[in-house]
Amino acid sequence: MLRLEPRPQASRLMTWLSPLLAAVLTLVAGGMLFALLGKDPAEGLRLFLVAPLKDLYGLSELLLKATPLMLCATGLAIGFRANIWNIGAEGQFMLGAVGATGVALWAGESESALVLPGMLLGGALAGAAWAAIPAWLKTRFNANEILVSLMLVYVAQLLVSWLVFGPWKDPQGFNFPQTVMFADAALLPVLVDGTRLHLGLLFALAALVAAYVFMYRSHAGFRMRVAGEAPDAARYAGFSASRTIWTGLLCGGAAAGVAGMAEVAGPMGQLTDKLSLGYGFAAIIVAFVGRLHPLGIFLASLLMALLYIGGEQVQQYMNLPNSIALVFQGLLLFFLLGADVFIRYRLRFGSGAASA
Amino acid sequence: MEGNLFTAVLFATVVAGTPLILTALGLLVSERAGVLNLGAEGMMAVGAVAAFAATHHSGSPWLGVLAGLVAGAAMALVFGFLAITLQANQVASGLALAIFGVGLAAFIGKPYESLALPAVPPIRLPFIADIPLLGEALYNQQALVYGSWALFWAVLWFLYRSRAGLVLRAVGESPAAAHAIGHPVLRIRYLAVAFGGAMAGVGGAFLSVFYTPMWVEGMVAGRGWIALALVVFATWRPLRVMLGAYLFGGVMVSQLFVQGAGLQIDFPSQLLSSLPYLATIVVLVAISRNPATIRLNSPLSLGKPYRPDA
Repeated sequence: MLRLEPRPQASRLMTWLSPLLAAVLTLVAGGMLFALLGKDPAEGLRLFLVAPLKDLYGLSELLLKATPLMLCATGLAIGFRANIWNIGAEGQFMLGAVGATGVALWAGESESALVLPGMLLGGALAGAAWAAIPAWLKTRFNANEILVSLMLVYVAQLLVSWLVFGPWKDPQGFNFPQTVMFADAALLPVLVDGTRLHLGLLFALAALVAAYVFMYRSHAGFRMRVAGEAPDAARYAGFSASRTIWTGLLCGGAAAGVAGMAEVAGPMGQLTDKLSLGYGFAAIIVAFVGRLHPLGIFLASLLMALLYIGGEQVQQYMNLPNSIALVFQGLLLFFLLGADVFIRYRLRFGSGAASA
Repeated sequence: MEGNLFTAVLFATVVAGTPLILTALGLLVSERAGVLNLGAEGMMAVGAVAAFAATHHSGSPWLGVLAGLVAGAAMALVFGFLAITLQANQVASGLALAIFGVGLAAFIGKPYESLALPAVPPIRLPFIADIPLLGEALYNQQALVYGSWALFWAVLWFLYRSRAGLVLRAVGESPAAAHAIGHPVLRIRYLAVAFGGAMAGVGGAFLSVFYTPMWVEGMVAGRGWIALALVVFATWRPLRVMLGAYLFGGVMVSQLFVQGAGLQIDFPSQLLSSLPYLATIVVLVAISRNPATIRLNSPLSLGKPYRPDA
């Protein structure tokens, strides 16, 4: 007979072991899924985990995919720490892409070195502005930020669609829903020759460091953590609840906006209506699996990027839909939430005296 | 002519509101038991694809509805295991279910993407369908539309007139008190969550088998989230869920009629399509503006895990 017994205090060890346990369980479940579909599990997992990493190009693609995840998750984690549930990073990502594209199209053929910084600013501001809507409605009208930020994802998608089908459509683009290709001055430089890995990765790493300093070395970050872990203490200490909400959402929106900028100025080189592969939603999982900590987010975004690339691999070599990656992502979060029970409880064998 | 337009708009509004009613009433019951399941979008998506596949292979739309119901309930039980048994954070568990469900539906549905189902003929109710203007719109409808009305009466009766409904509400308001007088809090919450999932699955089945008889990835299009917002908007009361669902149905179909009416205005269709989402935000703001409205009406233990022996 197994039962759960509360621990006297939360286990720090399990806090970090739980994501590993979840990753292992996801692999086991993934193998079973492949077997269920009549495919060789070993081959499936090899395609998912090993094949993408076999050469420099594979590694560069992994980092390329991890870049938007890292950026979005870093911003989200700041809000999640304070129990601000911004789940609209996907929409803020799209607005960031729109803001950056606006600057790039306005600059046109300009060779100025100011184009990229302008796009970065435009992306961050547009993402933050999109996140400011749920922040304002939450602080002013008490409206639930989960539902508002999520509804704005659909609105953002329609906005992008309107732009690329309408005013921003490339007149020479054979009616495809896309803008013109950006000029060279509006493209992020490539970091490693022969790959698509671009400067955006450094934005993401800088964001991780900045988030660490903010969360653990600044008073504002301390206030956010208190608001999340002990709301009553935060209230008693006189920390402003609306400032926490604004900080959480604006950080999330700005970081997702930068991710959107890096996507259009990086691998895409233009704005299209197939902008995002669900990075904003996957980033929610990355933030949780990374324990809302910058280092954890770095590792979790690599794992998640691997799932994305693995999905493309099995589509190509095993003829399975690449949405299998979404299934794996969902499983990963399920297993994490399940494994997290061991942070607060331990497993005991036999029936204890205190069984109710 | 104008009478025909009125009937057509009313007909389309009722159809568009039906999946919202089915899903939101199910969510309402589970929230009344104190469990907030944000995974509605995922449960609807899996319900829709399961219903489509079952109908495609069996030829019977009713087996399809059954498959949607079972699939939705199964999804909800996964959530229930995390949120009720393991006492995981309900918001995070619900998000996980939403992401997982949408992904799973896309994965399962891939082979069905290019297929279509035969349209299911509506059922014409005798005599009352002949009422001018209203009859054709209300009483010559899909069986599940009548089903959604039956569900409304059933939920109303269950919550306010039955002993079991009283116990369920007690569990939602004060699980500790309900436990103390001997009610199985966790089992009741499981049943409520499974019911919510089953109804979301039927809502999804209505989309893929009756409303637009096909499966397309992303066809649920946020209806699960809108249904969640509807429950808040309705301050957890069934009648207001009905009114809200038809209000949203009206907003959803208005764009089609504006576009179809050939009005000579240059208005981007994407802007019209975003109206239901913007309307959701507006009603949430309207209902939440007074914090007391939410505080006084939401089930007291909503979103809080309960551990009987603690």
